Amino acid sequence: MKILEFEKPIEELYVKIEELKRLSTDSEIDMADEISKIEKRASQMKKEIFSNLSPTQVIQISRHPNRPSTLGLARLIMDDFVELHGDRVFGDDPSIVGGPAVMDGRRVMVIGHQKGMDTKDNIYRNFGMPNPEGYRKALRLMQMAETFEMPIITFVDTPGAYPGLGAEERGQAEAIARNLREMANLTVPVISYIVGEGGSGGALGIAVANRVYMLQYAVYSVISPEGCASILYRDAKHAEIAAKNMRITAPDVLNLGLADGIIPEPVGGAHQDWPLTAQEIKSSIASSLKKYDGMSKDAIKNERYDKFRSFGKFNVGSR
Amino acid sequence: MSIIDWFDRRQKSGSKREKLNIPGDLWVKCFHCSEILYLKDLEANLKVCPKCNYHFRITPEERVRYLLDEDSFKEVSADMGPIDFLEFVDSKPYAARIKEAQSKTKHKDAVVIGTAMIDALPANVGIMNFGYMGGSMGSVVGEKVTLLIEAGIANKHPVLLFTSSGGARMQEGLMSLMQMAKTSAALARLRDAKVPFFSILCDPTTGGTTASFAMLGDVNIAEPGALIGFAGPRVVEQTIRQKLPKGFQRAEFLLAHGMVDIVVSRLELKSTLARLMRVLTLTSGRKGKK
Ligand SMILES: [Zn+2]
Repeated sequence: MKILEFEKPIEELYVKIEELKRLSTDSEIDMADEISKIEKRASQMKKEIFSNLSPTQVIQISRHPNRPSTLGLARLIMDDFVELHGDRVFGDDPSIVGGPAVMDGRRVMVIGHQKGMDTKDNIYRNFGMPNPEGYRKALRLMQMAETFEMPIITFVDTPGAYPGLGAEERGQAEAIARNLREMANLTVPVISYIVGEGGSGGALGIAVANRVYMLQYAVYSVISPEGCASILYRDAKHAEIAAKNMRITAPDVLNLGLADGIIPEPVGGAHQDWPLTAQEIKSSIASSLKKYDGMSKDAIKNERYDKFRSFGKFNVGSR
Repeated sequence: MSIIDWFDRRQKSGSKREKLNIPGDLWVKCFHCSEILYLKDLEANLKVCPKCNYHFRITPEERVRYLLDEDSFKEVSADMGPIDFLEFVDSKPYAARIKEAQSKTKHKDAVVIGTAMIDALPANVGIMNFGYMGGSMGSVVGEKVTLLIEAGIANKHPVLLFTSSGGARMQEGLMSLMQMAKTSAALARLRDAKVPFFSILCDPTTGGTTASFAMLGDVNIAEPGALIGFAGPRVVEQTIRQKLPKGFQRAEFLLAHGMVDIVVSRLELKSTLARLMRVLTLTSGRKGKK
């Protein structure tokens, strides 16, 4: 598994522990004391490092190649899940996946971005950057959920919508815009989880939800810090400052009132333990959906509308 | 993202944009064909080059003068202004950028909204101002566009929005992104109220503005030559690592790809809007029969 730069001191200790263990078996010298001392130090260090992460470090975790994926979470959380393909217009976009599922005897529609697990897979998934077909497939599935009265669960993890030639020709902007409008009209509850990268309009295109939760080390931003830096600071090297200024971590987004809660991750990040992460998300889904049992369709739709209607900070001024 | 291109172009074209150094500023040079034009003639032609049909970017004041019935525009929410709630600092603090843009444009933010008449037909009209921080959408733009749409739901008059924007305003962080959802949701309600929305896409309209209300017109009208897209051309070029086709992301390109309904010259824009407004709001004589 990829070791992030700031994790290296911890990793070094673990390497040392392994070495001592090998040495003690080989030489039959008891090093248990020494080993447990270092183990303690390692876990202490891990806790310290992970409780003082800079936004840039959080971004690294959010982009970890082994971050839980939509398909992985669907398999871990759902009792049954059938992936459906295609937008019925142009093609099937592998960077957005989805389909009907069953969780604890309850029908839901699962939709989310899908990044690849290795280079080959990532090329197939276009690094989780959807084309218009992805957004149109997502909308088709959401409207199917509306028809069959299934709550919608979305998992967000994208650097952004794909800025390619074909994407422009086939209406990337229109596809996202349409999703924003049509999601506002859904009468089934929509619960969104920002799992990894919440990259701009490409994320929002499947996240107009009644409840929006962020995983502890996920980020959500209007533009990538690198993009922001190259525009405003004229230099992508200023991404670190941009990341800090834009307030993109889960606690920051919660503070701005744009997220409803934070899903805790295992120490070291969600990539260390998918089942535990899935369990946390599952219990959040269960308790969120309970809130909508017995709520009228209009109330569900209006709740979502009022939530987004309230977003904005400005001076009204004298009239 | 496409604000990148705006910055780019602003840098490159900085000198081109200057008026000619002739006393009284009576002459301007067309940015496109370099023809020297008498300013009065250009203005009489609604700032469309008589020689090459290049549509100059115009201010909200000019748009009001050129396209709305005389003295009919009643602006609302003019005093609504931005807040630097993130205390955002890049090469300049956001607070300083706001001050600068306000003193340059004499507007509090990047859109004006109000009611007006077009060929004696009442309408709710919004005009984005590219001169104000690239027409970027922060909280104020999102709120005022939403108020404009809500006015349409209340008074049942068509909503017209002239867009010109590089996308979301980065200095307001994720709050800017949410304005895309807010405005698009309001359009869902406008549709439920059966009130038409005309999106008039002017040069340039990109990023989060295109990916929300600008593309959601019942009728999408574009001014000739207007740059319209999701990602800016430079970003697309870097992504695909090859030269972009000629006319890529221009109004005519979008027409060819089915993304806009019509491309209309500014000289015919007012009459076209009036015709569409009449057609779409015409009460049919068969009312009551179901
Ligand atoms: Zn010309």
